[in-house]
Amino acid sequence: MTTAFEIRDVSKRFGARWAVARLTYTLPLGQSLLLTGHNGSGKTTLLRMLATATFPTLGELTLFGRDAREHRDDLRTDIGLLSHASFLYEDLTAAQNLDVLARLIGLPDRERAIAQMLERVGLVSRTDSPVRQFSAGMRKRLAIARLLFKAPKLALLDEPFGELDPEGITQMEGLIRGLQAQGTSIVLATHLVEQGQALTTLRLHLENGRAVSA
Amino acid sequence: MQRPTLFSVLVTVIRKDLLIEWRTRARINALVFFAIATLLIFSFALGPDTVLLRKNAPGYLWLGILFASVLSLSESMRIEIENSALDGVRLAPASARAIYLGKAIGNTLMLWLLTLVILPIAIALFDLSVREGFARLLGILFLGCAAISAPGTLYAAIAANARARDVLLPLLLFPVLIPGLLASVKATGVILEGDVMHQLGSWVGLLSAFNVLYWSLGFALFPRVIEDD
Repeated sequence: MTTAFEIRDVSKRFGARWAVARLTYTLPLGQSLLLTGHNGSGKTTLLRMLATATFPTLGELTLFGRDAREHRDDLRTDIGLLSHASFLYEDLTAAQNLDVLARLIGLPDRERAIAQMLERVGLVSRTDSPVRQFSAGMRKRLAIARLLFKAPKLALLDEPFGELDPEGITQMEGLIRGLQAQGTSIVLATHLVEQGQALTTLRLHLENGRAVSA
Repeated sequence: MQRPTLFSVLVTVIRKDLLIEWRTRARINALVFFAIATLLIFSFALGPDTVLLRKNAPGYLWLGILFASVLSLSESMRIEIENSALDGVRLAPASARAIYLGKAIGNTLMLWLLTLVILPIAIALFDLSVREGFARLLGILFLGCAAISAPGTLYAAIAANARARDVLLPLLLFPVLIPGLLASVKATGVILEGDVMHQLGSWVGLLSAFNVLYWSLGFALFPRVIEDD
């Protein structure tokens, strides 16, 4: 297995609209890809397909050499998605939200791991605060904590810098570099192109769901 | 990282749902007041005729539970749709079937807890005597709550993304529930009024068959509802 993912002639349709159209791309394992494009260009749909949250209408998608649709349950253990939606339960605290995930992935020594993770993302002082009281930036930090908990082989980051303050952006960059140092393949979708290019080696630009040269 | 087992997902989902309920108490408070209000309205509508009250009590008790169940099932799925939390659990990864079992068992426990709270009020309002067969009554109430929750969890997930989900859920659910509800009402009536014709076994049989059918259907179909193929 030498590829993180391979997309062959993939299209995705929502009603009458093609969100992604005849896209072909291969990301080698351990590489970082910057995904750019205007709003509605298909970035989020592509990331959701790579996360196995949705599947292509046409074409073939393989992740780590395995068919995405057929092996979705196995593949999901190795994929982390930081999405526009935070995946957080509003009425649970930061620690309880991480605890739900830790139990699902069978993490040993959960309490210590949760405390360390909250420290890492700068939320240790809000461990027992319900997410309902969190600002957008704090939710983003907790969402990245969820992703880091999984120690994924493929990290999919949809606008990771959105809603973060300058300190949070620096911290996020550090976390992304940390993932790269561990050999994690990364797809980073952002409108902050310069910031994204500093963190990645490859670039894919989408327009109306199609790959074009940037 | 290993894929979680069905049992570990199921336990985590039930634990998470009960924890959210414990922290907010939003659902149980609304359910209890809604169910009590329903019982009171039926009781006052019938007047002081105790024979009539006793005769109609099982039907009104189950109508109270049924109406409250719509609130409960809808709220149970609302917390999953907010922030796409269900997607987060699904991609953790957790098996959709285990999520179904966890949610449906959690909903059953919540409804059963509601019936335990409103039962003494129903006993007082409808002048019921439950000294004999109290354990059997609790069993029937549990089976009835499970019969509502099994299809209810499935339909709540189907309706969750619809704009008019609060209208859609009862429209989908109520017709399906008729056999299970009929069996629950009849079995409750037989226990409260005495089983002179030995009918309890038949109604429990129908209620159990309804449960087996809809828990199996929910288990089989839930992935089709929450997985985007």
